Amino acid sequence: MSFYVAQFLTGLAEASSLFLVACGLSIIFGVTRIVNFAHGAFYMLGAYIAYTLAERFSGAIGFWGSLLTAAIIVAMLGALVETVLLRRIYHAPELFQLLATFGLTLMVEDLAVIIWGPEDLVGPRAPGFKGAVMILGQAVPSYDLLLIVLGPLVFGLLWMLFHKTRFGVLVRAATQDREMVAALGVNQRWLFTGVFALGIFLAALGGALQISRDAVNHTMDLRIIVETFVVVVIGGLGSVGGAFLAALIVAEFNAFGILIFPGISMILMFIIMALVLIVRPYGLLGRLEAPTRAVIAAAIVWAPLSSAGRIAVAAIVVAVALMPFGVGDYWLTVGSEILIFVLFAASLQFLMSTGGLVSFGHAAFFGLGAYGAALAVKDLGLPLLPALACGTTLGCAGAVVIGWFCVRLSGVYFAMLTLAFAQIVYSVAFQWTDVTGGDNGMLGVWPDAWAASPHTFFWLALAVALGGVVLLRMIVFSPFGYRLRAVRDSALRAEATGINRMTTQWAALIIAGTFAGLAGALFAFLKGSVFPDSLGVSTSVDGLVMVLLGGIGTISGSVLGAVVYKALSIFLVSQTDYSKLVLGAVIVGLVVVFPGGLGGITARFSRLRPVLGPAPPARPESLG
Amino acid sequence: MKRQIGEIFIGAIFLGCVAASPARALEGEVKIGEVNSYSALPAFTEPYRKGWQLAVEDVNAHGGINGKTLVVISKDDAGKPAGAVTAANELVSRDGVVMLAGGFFSNIGLALADFAKQKHVLYLAGEPLTDAMVWSSGNRDTFRLRPSNYMQAAMLADDAAKLPAKRWATVAPNYEYGQSAVAVFKKLLSAKRPDIEWVTSQWPPQGKIDAGPVVQAIAAAKPDAILNVEFGPDLVKLVREGNTRGLFTDRAVVSFLTGEPEYLDALKDEAPEGWIVTGYPWYGIHTPEHDAFLKAYQDKYHDHPRLGSVVGYTLIHAAADILRKAPSTDTDALIAAAEGISFDTPFGPASFRAIDHQSTLGAFVGTTTVKDGAGQMTKFDYRDGAKYMPSDDEVKTLRIQK
Repeated sequence: MSFYVAQFLTGLAEASSLFLVACGLSIIFGVTRIVNFAHGAFYMLGAYIAYTLAERFSGAIGFWGSLLTAAIIVAMLGALVETVLLRRIYHAPELFQLLATFGLTLMVEDLAVIIWGPEDLVGPRAPGFKGAVMILGQAVPSYDLLLIVLGPLVFGLLWMLFHKTRFGVLVRAATQDREMVAALGVNQRWLFTGVFALGIFLAALGGALQISRDAVNHTMDLRIIVETFVVVVIGGLGSVGGAFLAALIVAEFNAFGILIFPGISMILMFIIMALVLIVRPYGLLGRLEAPTRAVIAAAIVWAPLSSAGRIAVAAIVVAVALMPFGVGDYWLTVGSEILIFVLFAASLQFLMSTGGLVSFGHAAFFGLGAYGAALAVKDLGLPLLPALACGTTLGCAGAVVIGWFCVRLSGVYFAMLTLAFAQIVYSVAFQWTDVTGGDNGMLGVWPDAWAASPHTFFWLALAVALGGVVLLRMIVFSPFGYRLRAVRDSALRAEATGINRMTTQWAALIIAGTFAGLAGALFAFLKGSVFPDSLGVSTSVDGLVMVLLGGIGTISGSVLGAVVYKALSIFLVSQTDYSKLVLGAVIVGLVVVFPGGLGGITARFSRLRPVLGPAPPARPESLG
Repeated sequence: MKRQIGEIFIGAIFLGCVAASPARALEGEVKIGEVNSYSALPAFTEPYRKGWQLAVEDVNAHGGINGKTLVVISKDDAGKPAGAVTAANELVSRDGVVMLAGGFFSNIGLALADFAKQKHVLYLAGEPLTDAMVWSSGNRDTFRLRPSNYMQAAMLADDAAKLPAKRWATVAPNYEYGQSAVAVFKKLLSAKRPDIEWVTSQWPPQGKIDAGPVVQAIAAAKPDAILNVEFGPDLVKLVREGNTRGLFTDRAVVSFLTGEPEYLDALKDEAPEGWIVTGYPWYGIHTPEHDAFLKAYQDKYHDHPRLGSVVGYTLIHAAADILRKAPSTDTDALIAAAEGISFDTPFGPASFRAIDHQSTLGAFVGTTTVKDGAGQMTKFDYRDGAKYMPSDDEVKTLRIQK
């Protein structure tokens, strides 16, 4: 019995730690609608700065002062980022801020190594909270007890702030309807800056509090960011109380879950999230968002390529197809990799731009395709082409199952449910060692002799990528494509005309998943091996970045986004150890200069007129 | 329409840029391609890089490779197997290296080994520990330097068997390295001591340990001894929670790798007392080979070496020895030269076994303690890797030669 009490208290302490970070993210999203990918980076900065200060100033005042000062410094950095960077792109399509904060995260990771060095830093123990307290004969660290008090304390203070101050009232009002708040004459700019700084303060404090239990290192940001998103989504976006409840549930399930299934930590929170979202599509305490909010800010008039455009595309395709006669094997292999990611990004863009469905878990289909191909080769002994078909089929089958659940949701909840499923698929590949080889992957998946040379494989990849992109474009302009766009632009009106939203979106997800599966299957043969990271979050994020970089308002801007992003990252990784710093800076720069994405650059020169969609009317719309 | 043409135009320019830039080879140079997780794991790969850079200077100061200059071209893999294959391909297809070296994570090592087999180029793995590298996934083109998972488990199991403990718990990261370390250790220890009982296993995800609940769960099983395979930030959290909650009081702990400066240094005065560990006590080794290495390293970098430094240094020296011995840089000639070759290391002589291409480099086993506010190993001795291998017959069944 006493053991269970101690385990429960330990779970509470973990819950408090999670809550501190998660509530900041929730507040920021609730008001500014920014999916702040850099939240983890600020958490990490809080820990690093607190470490530096606490090493210099000892004693109780020095230690606690260091923690608080670190959080304040990082909050000021956050305010700076908001005013200098994010404020410029509030008018860009939704999610574009995700790209900017992703770029920042990349930069911070390398900067942390440059400033604080590569080694793990172990901060001092908290003065007065070094030991343990005996509770029913079990040693419980006194620092845990402090955290248990701190979580509800912060919760209470936030409640006071939101209910007893004018700032708080405005924040709550903005969370419910920010256009109305703006219409009533509230200066949104400072409200947004204030909220952003507050959220970052909480993240940095959460990070600073870890220095006496954790080792400060440059991967802390990615360790926390996904968990934080999950907690926020389980709780319901924008709901502080929900975040608290969700943190509690996740931490306690983990504390007791490992007693029965010691390997469960890896996917437990994703299973919880999937279950919660299937039962409650807006999280535990979340509310239905305004149904009209579209992912793409404006409905844009899309037209098939003109004859001049077709000639230009044909010329480029011919030029690319002639590359094997002019460049060496290495560049052809790089070219094949880029082409594979062109197809992957195009499939995701079909889902996002035409379907209006943002997926954070698109890697699931890519990875299923890769594993399908690898299993076909290793277990069935199939040659290249049938194995590609197997991979594609597995990607498609995954999309059928995952899509059936996901299309019940919309917006960020849809995105997070796709992430949950992707993580579940990932951990199956990771833990089912007998079939998938687990973390050690599947080796020896090389193409047949006829396609083994880099130039044949390049042509194969070109044919597949080109065929895929053309097919996807044809679907966009087919009757199905029109139905899909109708659902995207106004689900209510589309359903009133007899279009079934769910089946249409489900079909779109299956199409996207199938093409992603094909890309993944080719990828397996390009690399000769498959590892779980092909299913991982970072592959999904890569796809997202390619689409956003290409321009979410375009039909095939992701082709350009994929070429630029993949070529740049391969080049930078090859040439410098600080590839993330440069890549992040380039992304942030592109975001500021081209808020419509790379595919939108040329829109500046064209006379395309946006047609106002049902998106929030108060915001200037961007071109695609 | 203009917009589309613009999009296409930019795409074309970009492809043009990518396609440019030719490869070249210089006379009088021998090139080794090296791949490692420099950006993803700087804490381990920085000392490693310093080690091999020192070795390159060394080799070239002593006549190079039969009069030719040794050049190491180093690439980052960003911590991903697919990235490592891209980098290896660049090194082989574009830079024209004669052999590959490097790797840290086991899965990256395996991806590189498979690439080496496909392209038929020699690959000298440094750090990856998985037994699959030389056994179940072993191939003719791949050699591995560091003592494998099996060898380290065998060294530790020797000492663990002498402990009175009967009830054992294990805690290991939930991936192949952790799983196979626990499996081999269990097998070897149970063979020596049929009387012991395995009471609990904890498998926190790597990099994401919830140390509090894990420590409680281990304590609840009331073990006499604990096998730990955690490392890095996870180890720090485990040690801190365990110390606070008294998990390690009156319990023996046997731990993989914890004695390496990479992990022990970070813990400072919170380093655990009395754990039986494998590691690298650079401060306490007094042999002529090691003294020479230590002096050269400290003179050049004004810092102490980590185990990674030794691995990097030895890796390039071993590669140079292979290149000197081989009549040509043809892969088959290099493999023939590498099989059975003896080479000098800061730990003493070692060789690459012909039977499975594993080196006989050993490791130090000792107990941890805190001295002058820092974690150190005491009562350690060097275990020659050659003595901690399964029998040749067993190796032949483990290694499926194709």
